[in-house]
Amino acid sequence: MGDKGVAVGLSGVVKRFGDVTAVDNLDLDIRDGEFFSLLGPSGCGKTTTLRMIAGLELPTAGSIQIHGEEMGIRPPNKRPVNTVFQSYALFPHMNVARNVGFGLEMRKVDKAERETLVSWAIDLVEMGEMAHRKPAQLSGGQQQRVALARALVNRPEVLLLDEPLGALDLKLRQQMQHELKELQREVGITFVYVTHDQEEAVTMSDRIGVMHDGRLLQVDSPERIYEHPTTRFVADFIGQTNFLEATVASADEVVLANGDRLRLSTDHDGGAAVAVTVRPERLTVHGRGEAPGGTHGLDGVVDSVVYMGNAINYTISVDWMHLEVRCPATLAGDRKYEGDEVTVSFDPDHASVVIG
Amino acid sequence: MGKGVALSTAEPMGATRWLLRGHSALVYAFFYAPIIVLVFYSFNESHLVGRWSGFSLRWYEAFVQNDNIQSSLWVSVKICAASTVISVVLGTLAALSIERFRWWGQKAFDAVLYLPIIIPDVTMAVMMLVFFGETAQLFNVIPGVDLTNGLEKLVLSHVAFNISFVSVVVRARLANLDEAMEEAAADLYASRWQAFRRVTLPQIMPGVLGGALLAVTLSLDDVVVSSFVSAVGATPVSVYVFGMLRKGVSPLINAVSVVILAASMTLVMASLVLERATSSRKR
Repeated sequence: MGDKGVAVGLSGVVKRFGDVTAVDNLDLDIRDGEFFSLLGPSGCGKTTTLRMIAGLELPTAGSIQIHGEEMGIRPPNKRPVNTVFQSYALFPHMNVARNVGFGLEMRKVDKAERETLVSWAIDLVEMGEMAHRKPAQLSGGQQQRVALARALVNRPEVLLLDEPLGALDLKLRQQMQHELKELQREVGITFVYVTHDQEEAVTMSDRIGVMHDGRLLQVDSPERIYEHPTTRFVADFIGQTNFLEATVASADEVVLANGDRLRLSTDHDGGAAVAVTVRPERLTVHGRGEAPGGTHGLDGVVDSVVYMGNAINYTISVDWMHLEVRCPATLAGDRKYEGDEVTVSFDPDHASVVIG
Repeated sequence: MGKGVALSTAEPMGATRWLLRGHSALVYAFFYAPIIVLVFYSFNESHLVGRWSGFSLRWYEAFVQNDNIQSSLWVSVKICAASTVISVVLGTLAALSIERFRWWGQKAFDAVLYLPIIIPDVTMAVMMLVFFGETAQLFNVIPGVDLTNGLEKLVLSHVAFNISFVSVVVRARLANLDEAMEEAAADLYASRWQAFRRVTLPQIMPGVLGGALLAVTLSLDDVVVSSFVSAVGATPVSVYVFGMLRKGVSPLINAVSVVILAASMTLVMASLVLERATSSRKR
């Protein structure tokens, strides 16, 4: 307890709404100063988790600590966190400056200091010229910035963001992703970011926690989550992938459905039904029997070829399934055609054993 | 199909157009002709309503000199002011409790809250009469409260029906208010009271004012409930005017009605001006 490196610590957190368990026994440490994303499909419990940290919901069971301090039933106005709401929730009857200054006013910060901080925050999000406008006179992206400034001006220990980019169009969203990450580096505040957009989570986060059905399935860096998912759900949710059905033989060997043995470490019990996941871009296509040493080859026939410009997508049927393969266009000199007999190969280091 | 849609949105032509214009004119005439007639005859010299014998302000003079009307007007103003203030506060609280909280018995409360809107005035009036008959002594136990005085009874009974109307209007406004707004206020260190005072109330204000205006109108208008509940010495003007009718229609009633009409129109105008002023300040 009281670990200095932990900004938000959740242990055994459960939230039930009647018969529905929204969050199921969640254990998670969010590190000080990191950009942490809670990622999952809608209804997975990520927003509920965020709201429990903010104090807008109280957990049914478990403990939530912020910098080692137990939050218990403390109301939201007494917690050292601020939230950027999905709908922004700007106060329509106040102009930008009044909105941004609201938190400081409630905490009785004196007027001179308040004005300094408000103009700092408004400049931080580049809204200086809009300070006297009402929210209704701002675009979605501008409202988003004001919501951000209104939270950041209080210098919270943790900033909670609930799908703040959800309402923006694609181009603006990408721009804001970049700006949010920059902003987080600049202010050095821990960000807890809730999103269902895997690309958003991967591009911005230091670490990602993937949630499904109220459970936290995996907490890792974006690279680890993408390259080495531990469950089928995570592998499938983050990007496209191939699943090769397999059975665990021993702690470092699995047997594929066609009988091939593959050296892959796993902590699942012998005999457990698992899948080996390999990303389409980690597979390469060769002439029959030409797979390089150190890789695992599977013989198959090219089913379809789709030219994508920067890449070529192959669907190859091996005797018990189809594999999706994505080859960079620069390697297309060795292009295969429908009906070609080929060998698909991959480096076992780029494969992961998943369960579920 | 496309042609039909285009036709239906276009301005009506020929006979249809004249038919619609005539219809609108009739509707307006239906609404306003009686009022115009009323105002017109209030300036009549004759003591017979409906026979014009020349312009005169004698009925307004009679109105000013009639102490009974003056005092009953004053009673109405007092009842109206007190019952409006009380029912706006209680009605707004009721709307908040239904829209923003979940509690046991809420559905039943919700249904009961709307009863005074549905049940006939006479039923309400009889209920009030019986209620005060049975409980007046109980109320009198509280120091400073004297329900044998008709004024308090009138205020209480007006509050009883006004609460429902106020809460309906305020609730409609609250339902359109993003709940995240109040959460945001709490997240920004506002206490519950501060969140209400600084964020919720300013935004439901048009609803609260609308409810208040409705309460004022209903209170001034009410004859049935008031005539059952009122006691000697506390007769609201609506009941007094109704009583005068029994002695025959006199142009004095017209004059009284015109004064009340002018007062309520001023009130509505004032609220419109006020709202325009506040909404333009917002911009």
